[in-house]
Amino acid sequence: MDQGTIRKVAGPLVVAVGLTHARMYDLVRVGEQGLMGEIIEMRGDRASIQVYEETEGLGPGMPVVSTGAPLSVELGPGMLEAVYDGVQRPLDALQAKSGAFLSRGISAPGLDREKRWEFVPTVAPGTRVSGGDIIGTVQENVVIEHRIMVPPALAGEIVEITGGSFTVTDTVARLHDDSGAPHDLMLMQTWPVRVPRPYARKIPSSEPLVTGTRVIDTFFPLVKGGVACIPGPFGAGKTVTQHQVAKWSDAQVVIFIGCGERGNEMTDVLMEFPQLTDPYSGESLMKRTVLVANTSNMPVAAREASVYTGITMAEYFRDMGYEVVLQADSTSRWAEAMREISGRLEEMPGDEGFPAYLGSKLAAFYERAGAVECLGGVPRSAGSSSHPSGPSSLSSDDRPQAGDHPAEASSDPADAPSEPVTEPRYAPAPVVPHAAPRTGSVSVVGSVSPPGGDLSEPVVQNTLRVVKVYWALQDTLAYERHFPAIDWLTSYSLYLDRIHPRWDAEVSPEFRERRDRCMAILQREADLAEIVRLVGLEALSPEEQILMETAKSIREDFLQQNAFRDDDQFSSLVEQDLLLKTILHFHEAAIAAQRHGAALKDIFAAPVREKIARAKYATADELGIFDEIASDIDTQLVAGSGVGV
Amino acid sequence: MAREYTTTRDIVGPLLLVERVIDVTYNELVELEYPDGTRSLGNVLEVDGDTALVQAFAGTSGANPSQTKVRFVGRALELGVSRDMLGRVFDGLGRPRDGGPEIIPDERRPMYGEPINPTARDFPDDFIQTGISSIDGLNPLVRGQKLPIFSGAGLPHNELAAQIARQAAVLNRSDDPTKVGEKLEGEFAVVFAAMGITFADADFFMTEFRNTAAIERTVLFLNLADDPAVERINTPRMALTCAEYLAYTCDMHVLVILTDMTYYCEALREVSAARKEVPGRRGYPGYLYTDLATIYERAGRIKGAKGSITQVPILSMPDDDKTHPIPDLTGYITEGQIILDRSLHRSNIYPPVAVLPSLSRLKQKGIGPGKTREDHADLSNQLFGAYARGIQAKELAVILGDAALSESDKAFVAFADAFEDRFIRQDAHEERSVERTLEIGWELMGLLPRAELKRIKDEYVARYLKEPDES
Repeated sequence: MDQGTIRKVAGPLVVAVGLTHARMYDLVRVGEQGLMGEIIEMRGDRASIQVYEETEGLGPGMPVVSTGAPLSVELGPGMLEAVYDGVQRPLDALQAKSGAFLSRGISAPGLDREKRWEFVPTVAPGTRVSGGDIIGTVQENVVIEHRIMVPPALAGEIVEITGGSFTVTDTVARLHDDSGAPHDLMLMQTWPVRVPRPYARKIPSSEPLVTGTRVIDTFFPLVKGGVACIPGPFGAGKTVTQHQVAKWSDAQVVIFIGCGERGNEMTDVLMEFPQLTDPYSGESLMKRTVLVANTSNMPVAAREASVYTGITMAEYFRDMGYEVVLQADSTSRWAEAMREISGRLEEMPGDEGFPAYLGSKLAAFYERAGAVECLGGVPRSAGSSSHPSGPSSLSSDDRPQAGDHPAEASSDPADAPSEPVTEPRYAPAPVVPHAAPRTGSVSVVGSVSPPGGDLSEPVVQNTLRVVKVYWALQDTLAYERHFPAIDWLTSYSLYLDRIHPRWDAEVSPEFRERRDRCMAILQREADLAEIVRLVGLEALSPEEQILMETAKSIREDFLQQNAFRDDDQFSSLVEQDLLLKTILHFHEAAIAAQRHGAALKDIFAAPVREKIARAKYATADELGIFDEIASDIDTQLVAGSGVGV
Repeated sequence: MAREYTTTRDIVGPLLLVERVIDVTYNELVELEYPDGTRSLGNVLEVDGDTALVQAFAGTSGANPSQTKVRFVGRALELGVSRDMLGRVFDGLGRPRDGGPEIIPDERRPMYGEPINPTARDFPDDFIQTGISSIDGLNPLVRGQKLPIFSGAGLPHNELAAQIARQAAVLNRSDDPTKVGEKLEGEFAVVFAAMGITFADADFFMTEFRNTAAIERTVLFLNLADDPAVERINTPRMALTCAEYLAYTCDMHVLVILTDMTYYCEALREVSAARKEVPGRRGYPGYLYTDLATIYERAGRIKGAKGSITQVPILSMPDDDKTHPIPDLTGYITEGQIILDRSLHRSNIYPPVAVLPSLSRLKQKGIGPGKTREDHADLSNQLFGAYARGIQAKELAVILGDAALSESDKAFVAFADAFEDRFIRQDAHEERSVERTLEIGWELMGLLPRAELKRIKDEYVARYLKEPDES
């Protein structure tokens, strides 16, 4: 093993000499305590190391040992419901070892070595497999079936495979590669965090990610595999918005990275998620969640690594064919960690002291999101196959190539899956032996904390270049307690047109049109507000005044949503559509009534308006209220009659 | 094993570069003796081969390269902690300043502490009654929270902080959602850290604590305006090390007041500039966020521990600018902020809490049935919304005149005025129970049309709203 000695210590940066065989990004152990670190620069025989733990007490002459491998995460059963630090040390294991405070130099493996999992093979010996192929499953918890895959770089023939109860490091299968060399397959595999996991190909996604937050789902929707950013000054509600998406989005796995944020916020997630029920599976939300917690007072280098740790886990679940949402809160803290390390390396700074490579690092991170056709499939076992061409059809040459249409791949009736693999949802389809490609996705929602709310700063600007959805939080809205404080005039989503056909099919054909009309009303309100500010509301025409009232109704009765109220925190798309329909219905009825001579103040005083205001609290089985409101509007705003008597 | 050197090469600002040293470690404590006999403590900021960069806490006035003695102590800066620290006054490095005897430490703890494991944290959700309506009613403080006061020169932040320290109390749990629990007579210990404030300000606090006998349960760490600036980098950490001991070893609920964080950050900037580091915004170092986090994040509660640490840092915003890096980064770390407002202060309203931009992030968990009362959350939501609307209408009236306001706008203007006068305003020695605060809130609700109370559940309106007398 390669050993060197410390030459320089400056904060989280240590320079070592004598590591002759070490490579860039190799993991090293520093000092007598064996603190974890990573080589980030090499000049001659001097290696600069960022250390993931506090460096107090380190000095020249102390040993540095290279492990010869890059920083990697352990991927396998046991990740769900876990809470890790930025370098995948399970925090509860650390607590068991060192108590409530994090001491230095303690380590614990990312996956529990003792716990046994029930492994069910899905292939038989003699099957040819290649990277990404599923060879068996482990029911990790009631929600998620963990699919055990062949590590991406391996291919060959399964010579031995056994079901039963295993730990993550037990050998469950043996594979001979093409040169005949044996490889043991375990439930666990490792992957270097800075290298994206491979996939067959990326595919454009059009499936909306439903979050239950009205302003997001209706006005600025995200697709599965999409990328969104939430910038906003402090106090505007970034974290609450992220929590809402983590809680209610219809993804199957959620990875939440608390990157340089508050310790109490992680505690909040830790205590609240197990109590909450996933609206799709009816189980605890924690069962589908992995937390990566590197709070602001934990070492800064581990913060830099935490986003990579998180996204590698996300990609792993994606490779199994799941829809994954990754939340990074906050990417600004990640960028600041990069800045701090860059400063210690005495690199030439770019904008505001951030390193010149900030933009490319951010872009590369967000690019790891996306919907993909996964590597590998579910190979058919030699014995159970009824396929005419037999097991040989599963050689990697015959397997569907990137670009093949799924339908072609399963054209053989015997191969037809009982459920389409593209929609695993919550009761994941039992793994069906056919070679159709699986798809999975990683959606990334990153929050940005711009200093002073200044959106021209480098992290926001570099992020906006790559993301397609922008949820702009406004502190002025937050002051009025308009939550979520997402500014409807500056936010955008570039996925609208892609989602449109899905809405037509799944919500209602008029949903998009209603959404656009409401958006137009809000835009018109902003224009008119200028006039009102100068000359008063009375200067507007009656129809314009109605429009102002409707806009207010959209804001208060639709956009505002209370994340802390049980009956308001989640709205289905159908309910969102009904709400919009109701608000627009009132708008039209009001205009018609006014044209027939009704007084504005009578229209605005119609008792049905209170019902509209409370309609958003209707639960899924109370949607009948909307018909009631519709008939109320028609009776109370009868054209020409004395309105609202 | 102390080693002494006289091999200083460069002296720049508070920094000394010492050559030909061996076995020096990062962050090691250093004792310095200058040719004129002045002594100072310092620590190692960087060590490269056989040269060490040392930061002198008391500055380098009187030092010279060849005759300055530099002793490396072999350990990091520590604080000897003991229960006897209550009632005592220390300097910014934890040495007695009140003329009393040295503390016989129970144990010595490193000043930097260790981060709390997020899984060991217990979520702060116990309401603290401060007796101040604008805080209790709208932005309540909870045990284990860090809630800074953003102030400015000339505003009464000291009075407010002293009032919080004096009145802070915990309520008993109430089984009846419609009733507030009894005030619990458990006591708070107060740890007070002064960084760069004037003697007059420090004296105000000491007099306040003495007059109310609170001094007996207070530990003071004072680094005043004329004390060495670099020393104050250590002051909040000394205070928090003491607070952690009192909270987690002595099972006390500790309220830590840190004032003024602005001067702390300036000291940090001074050292950063002397090291010629690449500056971030306004010359503050790029690691200011991380550095502040290592202070603020030491607030909290730990599962299984009886005590807790609640922090109220005070910082004066240069030119009342909330986007200045210090308030900005603080706001990103702390769980909300109480902002003081100059125009309220000028209107002679105490405490001049700018209700709208103030925020307590943990309030949702700290209020409601059992903790305070069932209607608390809805009522505070409605008060916010109505006050915001009233302020908007007032701005409109300034441009267009009162005549341009609609009837409902007028009601909101009247509400906003009454809100400032009756809800926000109170005496510096008035301790309002949360019950009384809610009662005032409901009285003010009576000024609004019934249909406007959209944010409150109907049952609460029915239970708590009293019809105004005139109708």
